[in-house]
Amino acid sequence: MHKLKKIFATDSYIVPLVAILMGFLVGAIVMLVGGYDPVAAYSALFKRVFGSPYDFGEAVREMTPLMLTGLAVAFAFRSGMFNIGADGQVIIGMTAATIVGIKLAALPSFLLVPLAVIAAGLCGGLWAGIAGYLKAKRGINEVITTIMLNWIALFLANFIVRTFLLLPGQNRSEDIPASMSMTFLNSMFDNARLHWGTAIALAAAVFFYVYLWKTKQGYEMRAVGLNPHAAEYAGMNVGRNVVKAMFISGVFAGLAGAGEVLGVFHFQSVFAASPGYGFDGIAVALLGLTHPFGVILAAILYGTLTYGSAGMSFGADVPPELIRIVIGSIIFFIAAQGIVRWVLKPFYLKRKKEKVL
Amino acid sequence: MSAAAPVVELKQITKRFPGIVANDSISLTLKKGEIHALLGENGAGKSTLMNIVFGLYQPDEGSIEVDGKPVIIDNPNKAIELGIGMVHQHFKLVEPFTVTENIVLGMEPKKGLKIDYKSAAEKVRKLSEQYGLQVNPNAKIHDISVGMQQRVEIMKTLYRGADILIFDEPTAVLTPQEITELMAIMKRLVAEGKSIILITHKLKEIMHISDRVTIIRRGKVIDTVNTSETNPNELAEKMVGRGVTFKVDKQAPHVGAPVLKLNNVSSKSKDGVAVLNGLSFEVKAGEILGIAGVDGNGQSELIQAITGLRKIDSGSITMSGQEIANLSPRKITEMNVSHIPEDRHKHGLVLDFTVSENMVLETYYKRPYNQNGFLKKDIINEHARRLVEQFDVRTPSIENNARSLSGGNQQKAIIAREIDKNPTLLIAAQPTRGLDVGAIEFVQKQLIEQRNLGKAVLLISFELDEIMNVSDRIAVIYEGQIVGEVFPQDTNDQELGLMMAGSLKRGGNAGA
Repeated sequence: MHKLKKIFATDSYIVPLVAILMGFLVGAIVMLVGGYDPVAAYSALFKRVFGSPYDFGEAVREMTPLMLTGLAVAFAFRSGMFNIGADGQVIIGMTAATIVGIKLAALPSFLLVPLAVIAAGLCGGLWAGIAGYLKAKRGINEVITTIMLNWIALFLANFIVRTFLLLPGQNRSEDIPASMSMTFLNSMFDNARLHWGTAIALAAAVFFYVYLWKTKQGYEMRAVGLNPHAAEYAGMNVGRNVVKAMFISGVFAGLAGAGEVLGVFHFQSVFAASPGYGFDGIAVALLGLTHPFGVILAAILYGTLTYGSAGMSFGADVPPELIRIVIGSIIFFIAAQGIVRWVLKPFYLKRKKEKVL
Repeated sequence: MSAAAPVVELKQITKRFPGIVANDSISLTLKKGEIHALLGENGAGKSTLMNIVFGLYQPDEGSIEVDGKPVIIDNPNKAIELGIGMVHQHFKLVEPFTVTENIVLGMEPKKGLKIDYKSAAEKVRKLSEQYGLQVNPNAKIHDISVGMQQRVEIMKTLYRGADILIFDEPTAVLTPQEITELMAIMKRLVAEGKSIILITHKLKEIMHISDRVTIIRRGKVIDTVNTSETNPNELAEKMVGRGVTFKVDKQAPHVGAPVLKLNNVSSKSKDGVAVLNGLSFEVKAGEILGIAGVDGNGQSELIQAITGLRKIDSGSITMSGQEIANLSPRKITEMNVSHIPEDRHKHGLVLDFTVSENMVLETYYKRPYNQNGFLKKDIINEHARRLVEQFDVRTPSIENNARSLSGGNQQKAIIAREIDKNPTLLIAAQPTRGLDVGAIEFVQKQLIEQRNLGKAVLLISFELDEIMNVSDRIAVIYEGQIVGEVFPQDTNDQELGLMMAGSLKRGGNAGA
């Protein structure tokens, strides 16, 4: 855990960039081995994302929940915890937004939408807070509890949708009248499903940064994350900080859920399996070196690759699953920084003979 | 001994790092069968030099000869091939593995596809007997004591056929008894024909065990002398570059009213063992009370109880008449209690915070550092800059991580922070552990200055010399009780030693 923290908390920017390039390279090699044309595949990928306003808008839609779940995982990480449960927190956030959106539909929308969003964030936060509380009071590892809470969230959400919100004859809730869609952008982006969640995600990243590095509470949280013993010695309440950090982490994830149901689908499905936002969030957080702005960039990359992968199969007949190899390699190279540094070594040596890598 | 042939010769070794010359044309000769001490302050360049010998660094200039032949040691494997072994200060052992598994790690004897642990264990047992190490080859590392773990490190080098052993600060982590045993082992090793380089800044050990001493200061060799022809004062002076007084200079104390009072304090560990057992004493304003005792007799728990990090089951702890037992650490800090913790890495610092951030570790939430929930970076930095200057904390800048500072400077940073809070009570737990002579002098002077300013100082130390030199009054702790209270001028090492071992009680409220 500590080692992980050290690897992913470094502030060097060259290494991730090179890691990304190397990831693309590995993907290209795999494509060559498989008899595909990597140049055609990658150009099809980017053409898909940047080719039309609609696709660009949809790619942004793809990135949005990744930004928030990435921030959720990164925030917990900075406070010394591994939040594997962003997925469950997203689901709880979705469900809370759906309940408020449907059951309080009588309210005017300028009240209803914020209320639904707040409910999503709050419930996501409380859900994560359970894991924080168990860690603070009972010393139970948050990795285990958050994974368990993922399953509880999944089936609890399905139960609620089936029992209280079901659209008769369908495997989903009624339509939600509350909407976060940015309808004024419809003509510009050809009706791509853009929504306010993107703005919320960007604001969350700024909040993350300011809170953690500029405020008193953030100082405490970082101290607890880096050295809980010293934090306790210095009179900080370690347990309270653990709960608070998990809560804030869960709020980010919950907001991602609100964006999905209020901005994209406008209903909530009965999930057959875990939707996976939270797990992608882990990858995004690591890719972004757990820095809020890094996470945003990582989500953009991750979203681009994921969304563009469909283009690869249409445009170049390359199976879209190949993009997972690229993403996996990038994360691998970021984690195994030694390899990247080894590749970079000749460049460093040329620049500075004295410097010891 | 001087007739013996050199086994390692370093010639004019120079190593530069960006902005610093770590080793400046260092020459050193290790003769067969000698213990050669390498003495120098923290950061003098001892470790760099040894890392060069062990192949971790390459020298920029100079050459190395082993057994009279010039060699290039470009990695540790090469060093091992040449018969050079290093016993690191921080052990490099796999905790859940057994002693044998650790020793053979990387060069396991094979039998078909399997590792032949049986013959490995047998070889380990033989080595252990030969050098009188008494290591059980089948014990797990996390079950054996620190002293034993160090012997495993020694065995690792012997197993790999080392004839030249480098010991890097080997006694820093050992108890006095383990140190004596280590000395015996080292003597045995040279008797068996090994040669030893001993890196240390403890003069006592050098005088006790080494044949010759090479003193390094700021990357340069100051002198190489025969141990029999020198004395600690001369060595210290050469190491620090100025005269060092071992006798601490201080006037008689002006003792005031009691500040901290413990009455019948008891506390149990998690498994129900009484770690504090009806412990009573008081510290008055303007005096230094030294708590002497062998490690593990309740010192850590005592500090935790006073500072709020441990709950007590019965008894009372008062600060200037106010009960503080079982209050939170923050409440106690706010009653003007400062605490230099015994483990500076675990408790004293957040190593990945900057020096500046560490300087407000206990005060960040107060004005002027915190205004309306936001931290004022300028004010925090200014505060850090002032402390760094005032207490001579050597750091490239206040924006560097605390991790990058040397041990002595980390300790100075903590002391600066704690003293700057202007405490009524200053608790100093093992404040000089692992520091070199110059830094020790600085720390002890600070404690005495605080006492002269009328503060109550509680000093907990395992170093008897420190207790005797610095304290105005000594309380001896044994099995969670104060078993004696004496004045340093009325006692001696023997008497204190007996009390620390629990076989003598004297004065004070012993056994209350």
